Amino acid sequence: MTMNKSQVKGEKHVLSSILPAFQRNLRIAGTLLSVYYAYMVEYRAELLLWVLSGSLPIILMGLWVEAARSGQFGLTSVDFARYFLAAFIARQFTVVWVIWEFEREIVEGRLSFRLLQPLNPIWHHFASHAAERLARLPFAFGLIVLFFLLYPQAFWLPSPTTLALFMVVIILAFALRFLMQYTLAMFAFWIERASALEQFWFLFYLFLSGLVAPLEVFPPLVREIVLWTPFPYLIYFPASLLVGLPVNLGKSLLVIVIWTVLFFLAYRWLWRRGLRQYSGMGA
Amino acid sequence: MGRYWQVLTLFWTTAIAAELEYRVNFLLAALSSLGGLAGSLFGLFLFYQNDYTFAGWSWEQALVVLGVFTLLQGFSSTFLAPNLNRIVRHIQQGTLDFVLLKPINSQFWLSTHTLSPWGFPDLVFGLIVIFYAGMRLGLHARDYLLSLVPILFGSLILYSLWFILGATSIWFVKIYNVTEVLRGLLEAGRFPMVAYPTAYRFFFTFVVPVAFLTTVPAEVILGRGEMGWTLGAGGLAIALLFASRAFWQFALRFYTSASS
Repeated sequence: MTMNKSQVKGEKHVLSSILPAFQRNLRIAGTLLSVYYAYMVEYRAELLLWVLSGSLPIILMGLWVEAARSGQFGLTSVDFARYFLAAFIARQFTVVWVIWEFEREIVEGRLSFRLLQPLNPIWHHFASHAAERLARLPFAFGLIVLFFLLYPQAFWLPSPTTLALFMVVIILAFALRFLMQYTLAMFAFWIERASALEQFWFLFYLFLSGLVAPLEVFPPLVREIVLWTPFPYLIYFPASLLVGLPVNLGKSLLVIVIWTVLFFLAYRWLWRRGLRQYSGMGA
Repeated sequence: MGRYWQVLTLFWTTAIAAELEYRVNFLLAALSSLGGLAGSLFGLFLFYQNDYTFAGWSWEQALVVLGVFTLLQGFSSTFLAPNLNRIVRHIQQGTLDFVLLKPINSQFWLSTHTLSPWGFPDLVFGLIVIFYAGMRLGLHARDYLLSLVPILFGSLILYSLWFILGATSIWFVKIYNVTEVLRGLLEAGRFPMVAYPTAYRFFFTFVVPVAFLTTVPAEVILGRGEMGWTLGAGGLAIALLFASRAFWQFALRFYTSASS
């Protein structure tokens, strides 16, 4: 390598400013995660109940397993059982409630304290959600074991590559779902009950994400349209990947990335305008 | 009795007056329940698209179940959710003291204090679905009237279960989401019981009695209700109602008041 002195000096300079910043961010992330993890583990009973309240895929599993015994749906009973178990898992990892917290922070004016910190408040919420995933893991795992004990025919082990891919996809799905709701949460700057928006939005999520049925049983035209919306990538896509149903990997990843970028831009825009609107009610 | 009636009208007129301040919310609620209904119809349609039917339930008959479910959903978001979800907050903040001091039954106060018109659209849409399916099937007025009995029983069962779960927050303060578990399981009521495998049917009849909430009333509307099931629903409703009362009295002995 031939480099003159000033170049070397310059690089050192850049490095010496990037590295501490990186270390600092890493430290902040670590602290936030461990604090929120400790907080979440305090409420173990509550956490277990949240896990149980996501029982919808299990209920629908019963319906479809029964239906596939006599009807022609293109999937067997065991396929349905596996699919809905995977949907249950995907749901556990992508549950988001940030809009209710953000709304309360705005209405009670508590956002003001967060704004004083040299850290974008989104990271607090993101860390608390991520830590909750970790705290939830043992309960969800217990339920999966219970499921296989009750229904051993459905047992399967995904290959390590599938599992690794699933982990990547589920993180992307969680990020998308989080950004989606956080974008809607920005409307709390203007209206008092932004969560009403989420309740409406949730309907689309509920019926189009693959929570009530795998997209295989949708009418073909509906399926084509739905696959361009962000919803099926939150449940259907990760779940299908895990159980080995055919998916278009490239296109799916592309759609996820496009929607994530769109929601990110919308969030940034609304956040800047919202801060100008924010009056710090009550604080 | 007369006094309770008078108090009830007062509660509800003030609640409606207060909620009418938020008319846009009401519009949103109406839109949401319309969307929810469209989604439920879509979900049901997925089963019926390829000549498959739930054993003994044609499309219209399954619609009746969905109608009863929507009706109950409206009932719970009008009367149950706004009141019973508040019990937790009363306990957490110690304001239950003020309720207990009032010269009126505390369970009555907690269960009826407010009502939210947000559930009205669901009530209306539920009735529309039932009557639409009923017209297609040519049902009799007598059966509609008769079905009021199991629907009443179903509402009482739902109320009692919800109240009992809410009352457990006397011990476990931060447990309000136990009612979310109940709500999640109630989703099973969208479909007639025969659509489920045997183990599910057992669970939804004897553990969480969803069968009595929607399938039993729907059978009566269709004019093929069996006396035994309706009687069972009645027995269960009365037993649970008394249980909720006894449980509340028992729970209050452990109430230690949070702030005073």
